[in-house]
Amino acid sequence: MTGDVILRFADVHKSFGTQQVLAGLSFEVQRGRTLAIMGPSGTGKSVVLRHAIGLMTPDRGRVEVEGREVGKLGRKELAALRRRMGYLFQEGALINWLSVGENVCLPLRENTDLSDKEIRARAEEKLALVRVEGAWDKMPAQISGGMKKRVGLARALITDPEIILYDEPNAGLDPEISHSINELIRELKERLHVTAIVVEHRIECIKTVADEVLFLEQGRAQVRLPPKEFFASDNPRIVQFLGPRPD
Amino acid sequence: MPLLRILSDLSLALGLPLELLGQVLARLHHVPARVAWIVDQVYQSAIQTLHVVLLVGLFIGMIVALQTGIELQRIGQQDQIGTIVAVSMAREMGPFITATILAATAGSSMAAELGTMSVSDELAALEVLSVDRVRFLVLPRVIALAIAAPVLTVLCDMIGIFGGGFVAQSQLNVSTELYWDAALDALRDLGTSVPLPKDVFSGLFKATVFGVIVSLIGCSAGLQARGGALGVGQATRAAVRDSIVAVIIANYFMTWFMYQG
Repeated sequence: MTGDVILRFADVHKSFGTQQVLAGLSFEVQRGRTLAIMGPSGTGKSVVLRHAIGLMTPDRGRVEVEGREVGKLGRKELAALRRRMGYLFQEGALINWLSVGENVCLPLRENTDLSDKEIRARAEEKLALVRVEGAWDKMPAQISGGMKKRVGLARALITDPEIILYDEPNAGLDPEISHSINELIRELKERLHVTAIVVEHRIECIKTVADEVLFLEQGRAQVRLPPKEFFASDNPRIVQFLGPRPD
Repeated sequence: MPLLRILSDLSLALGLPLELLGQVLARLHHVPARVAWIVDQVYQSAIQTLHVVLLVGLFIGMIVALQTGIELQRIGQQDQIGTIVAVSMAREMGPFITATILAATAGSSMAAELGTMSVSDELAALEVLSVDRVRFLVLPRVIALAIAAPVLTVLCDMIGIFGGGFVAQSQLNVSTELYWDAALDALRDLGTSVPLPKDVFSGLFKATVFGVIVSLIGCSAGLQARGGALGVGQATRAAVRDSIVAVIIANYFMTWFMYQG
């Protein structure tokens, strides 16, 4: 199943007012692979993810998922595509007035005719997969940041997506919880063979989860390398971005 | 021209609420599946503002009785106080006061809730999860206020008329019997199309429309909120301002349609 291109950005341009964020971005992601996107703050890394799932449309260029241009899909087609994609938001983006269990069940409750029993069974399975148990009735305000991300991930996984987009999965987490989230992302990749794009700053996360690293700057892909080569690169800009290497 | 600018801003502000109205009407068949959330919203919007509506309604009735009573007393017509208080509460004051209180409480709360969801990516999450936000968020709120507003209006009318009676008896020397006879007599005029007194029905019809207006403007302000806490604050302020202006304008046209047309 690996090898074919599942997601493609072709010469994508995007501006917000006078600020150009993407300026001819082009890259591809092969099925089953995990691409990490790094780059300075404000270079449009999250904007890339939002284009991939149709939350934004490019001013110019094409974003394709399995050969179909996302920006030209109708409402129903886009909804069908999104059911095959998962998105982990920076803060989890749990609906604050629904409990953990209700949050995870939400996509199935709203979009399928499955019985409550079936929906609950699937939600419990996903919560167990991300190692959140015994929190079904807790409200988002009652759980930690790391747990919110796990619940957000369980909710993203409830429709068994083929592509998962992670927006800074380590943001705001301490090293120990970050490590557990990174292991979880790696485990999901190995067990479920999903394709993923991970926007992240933390080197440990990228070393753990990524097959390749794309360095985004000035709205374009500047460098694309496997993690080992990326972190050993002599490219002056990469060296400057990563900072001093430990001896 | 400031007036033209205000009208232009208002028409722009009403664009999304009108679009939402169409989307809500197209989803009315989902109401039975949303009963639990509608009940929750009715509780939040009606029960939690009940004491404010009752207090304001009581004093409005007392003010109307006192203001008109003093003038009527001069020409020896104070026995008409009951008529004036009952008609003004049922036709105008009850629905308008209730709508204003709902705009300041439920409408602002809707704008703040949905605005916070917008700036914290929860609305984006719903979109990504293919959850219809109109069906999920807007429909229960609109139906809840369409129910809560007329119920609160009836209570506001009743306590306002009661308050007017208290002033009439204690300060204007009008007997309780005379006041209540005049008040009930004024509300006896049945409408042609519904088996309800015309003034009561027109007030309840207005209240329902006002409830829909307040909820649609509150929801649309929240859905459009951008830019963190500042954006939520702006959305909340806009929701209250636009709701009150829209309620007043709608009130004029409904009054014209029901009593002049």
